[in-house]
This record gives sequence, structure tokens and C-alpha cells, in this order.
Amino acid sequence: MSNLAEAYSWINLRYLLEGLWVTIEVSVISIVLSFIFGSILGIIRYIRFPFLSAIVGFIIDLIRNLPLLLLLFFTYFGLPKIGIKMEPLSAAIAAMTVFESAMIAEIVRGGIQAVDTGQMEGARSVGMTYWQGLRVIVLPQAMKKMIPPLVSQFISLIKDTSLATIIVLPELLYRAQIIYGQNTRYMIPMFIALAVMYFVVCYALSLVASGLERRTS
Amino acid sequence: MINVFTQHWQELLLGFGNTLLCSVIALFFSLIIGSTFAIFEVLPYKILHIVGRVYIEVFRNIPLLVIGMFFYVVVPQFFVTLDGFTAGTIGLTLYTSSFIAETVRAGIQAVDDGQMEGARANGMSFMQAMWHIILPQAFRYVIPPLGNQFINLVKNSSVLAFVAGFDLMYQGDAIASTTFDTFNTYIVVGILYLIITLPLSYYMRYLEKKLA
Repeated sequence: MSNLAEAYSWINLRYLLEGLWVTIEVSVISIVLSFIFGSILGIIRYIRFPFLSAIVGFIIDLIRNLPLLLLLFFTYFGLPKIGIKMEPLSAAIAAMTVFESAMIAEIVRGGIQAVDTGQMEGARSVGMTYWQGLRVIVLPQAMKKMIPPLVSQFISLIKDTSLATIIVLPELLYRAQIIYGQNTRYMIPMFIALAVMYFVVCYALSLVASGLERRTS
Repeated sequence: MINVFTQHWQELLLGFGNTLLCSVIALFFSLIIGSTFAIFEVLPYKILHIVGRVYIEVFRNIPLLVIGMFFYVVVPQFFVTLDGFTAGTIGLTLYTSSFIAETVRAGIQAVDDGQMEGARANGMSFMQAMWHIILPQAFRYVIPPLGNQFINLVKNSSVLAFVAGFDLMYQGDAIASTTFDTFNTYIVVGILYLIITLPLSYYMRYLEKKLA
């Protein structure tokens, strides 16, 4: 028991919570950026511009089918070879944004495609332009269908920030490793703390999502 | 880029094989565990329902890396020593099984209620009806999402690199750190991952369209 009290001393706990803050910071910035880029890419892919959509679609498929860890390594260790150097924080955000934008683009495209084609036809027949129909009629309906997959994507983004521990980003997992590296008796308490902290953040987000779903439907 | 492959093809192929092997093992066991918990959730017993829910929520909301490291770092301290490959594959199985449980549950619930009622009316027990009537039909709905889970599994198996699992990512990292040619090595590793995941992902998209 004294083990537990020592392991969860205020100094250790504060150190961990600072790591949780880094985790949340990286997650929020990546979520916002990848939502913006992902929506644009998803719409480009949906609209089928000649050439542009095919190229964008292929790049999205390539990125989506690579492990995020590989993109992280490539950004932090590979890109400096061609002169692009980044700190761990920016490298993590860059890699996550690239990967998640591709994932979100697919969700956005799927959401738009799930809206009945009659909606666009109706909008066009009452005199709206294609863009008006898309913006005013189709996208708001697609948004509702996109909420559940988007939220589970955001949850996996939060979990995936733990991978950035390998590029020495001082996030939650990295700090827990530092603490139990000094004293192996802290190992189990640290893993419990890790599990609880990640669980609370991710589960809270999924509860918010199911609340949102209930309100919109 | 070609150099990386011609000089290190043995390590890369070994990693490629290990990545495939651990993904297939993890898929097999997470299908069994995941389907079991999915059935728990549709059984009329409240306690099993709660057990299933807790299992799924716990493993879905904790990073795979934390689960994998638990088996590589903590478990050997107190129980048995696990090599990186085993520890990583166990972590991968537990993590994936929670997602598969959700997928299978959705598949079971997509089967019309009348099927179960009809089977029960014909004198089948709940488990018989589940096994012979519901699960075969549910299976059809879950093939495309299960395929996507397998793609995720292959991608997620890269965390074996953290626990010395000798998978593709680990070998790539080892080559990169001896040759210092990080840029090209990671591109080659990426191409090898795409060889597994890209055709699968296009096939699943085709299946989704066909079954819809």
C-alpha cells in the first residue's frame, strides 16, 4: 500500500497530468486540422473533378493503408534527409494530421454518398445551383450520418498519440515510462494510471457522441 | 530505394512474414473472443451483458501500445517471460477482439427478429437457433467490416516494433538505423505494407458495393 501512495505522490501525478495535457493538446490540434483537410479532400473525392479527384482518391487510399507509426517515423527520421526538420511536437501533429485527414476524407465521402440522391435532385429542381444544394441540403444531412464514425476516429486519434512516445514527445505514455524507469515498483501503479487516464478521456468522448446522436436523430 | 531492397531483402521478407503471421494469429483468436462477447451481449442474461460491455469498453478505450507494453514489460516481472512477438500478438488480439465484438454484435442485430422467433417456434433452443440460423446470416453482413478490421490489424501490428517483435516495422527501423538511409528505407517498408493492405481495401470496397 505504501507503494501505491509513493507511486501516486503529487510530484509523479503532476508529471503524468502534464503528459496528459500534451496528449490532449496534440489530439485537439490534429483533430481540428484533420477535420478541415479531411472534409475538403472528401468533398473533392465525392464531386469527381476530372483528374484531380482520381489523384486525390489514390493518395487518400495510399495513406489510409499505411500504419500511422510508419508515417510518424518517416516524418521525424526520414524527412530530415531531404531537409525538412521538425521538433517532436510538430512532427507528431504533422504525421497525425496527414493520416487522419485521409481517414476523415473517407468518412466524409461515405456520409455524403449515404444521402439520398433525390435530395440533390430536389434542390436542383427548385432552382438551387449544385453548390447551394450541396451546402444547404446535402451536407447538413450527411453531417448527421458522419457523427458516429467521426467520433470513433477521434477516439482512435487520441489513443494513437501514444505512438509519439517513440519520437520522444513527452506525452502521457512517455512520462509513465520515465517514472517506472526510475523505480520498477511503480510499474503496476503507472500502468493502472495510464489505463485509467486514457479510458476516462476516450470513454467521455464516446458518451458525448452518443448524447449528440440521440439529440440529432 | 532499390538498394535498400536488394541489400536487405532477407530481413525485410522476414519482417513481412512476421507481420502477416501475427496478424493472422491475432485475427483468428480475436474472432473467437470477439464473437463470444458479441453473443454475450445478445443473450437474455443481464450479468453476461454487463461482462461483455465492460470488456469491450475497456479494451476499446485504451491504446493498443499500452496493452502491448503491459504484456511485454509488466507481465514478465510477475508471471512468465514473453518474447516480443508473443506479447505483441496477445495485446493485438485483446485490442482487436473488442472491435470485432462490436462488428459481430451489429451483424447479429441486423438479422431480422423473425428469424429467431421462427427458429424458436420450430422447437430449437436459443443456442441452436443462434448457431444454425442467426450466425450464418449475420456472417454475411460482417464480412466487409471484418475485412476492414483485418486491414487495421495489419497496420496496428506495427506496434510490435516497440516490443522487439521482429515485424516489418521493426526490421525497417533496424535497417534504417544501421544504414542511416531512413528516407528510402521507410518508403520501401511502406510499399511492403501497401502490398498487403491496398488490394484488401479495394476488394472490401467492391464487396461492400456488391452486398449492399
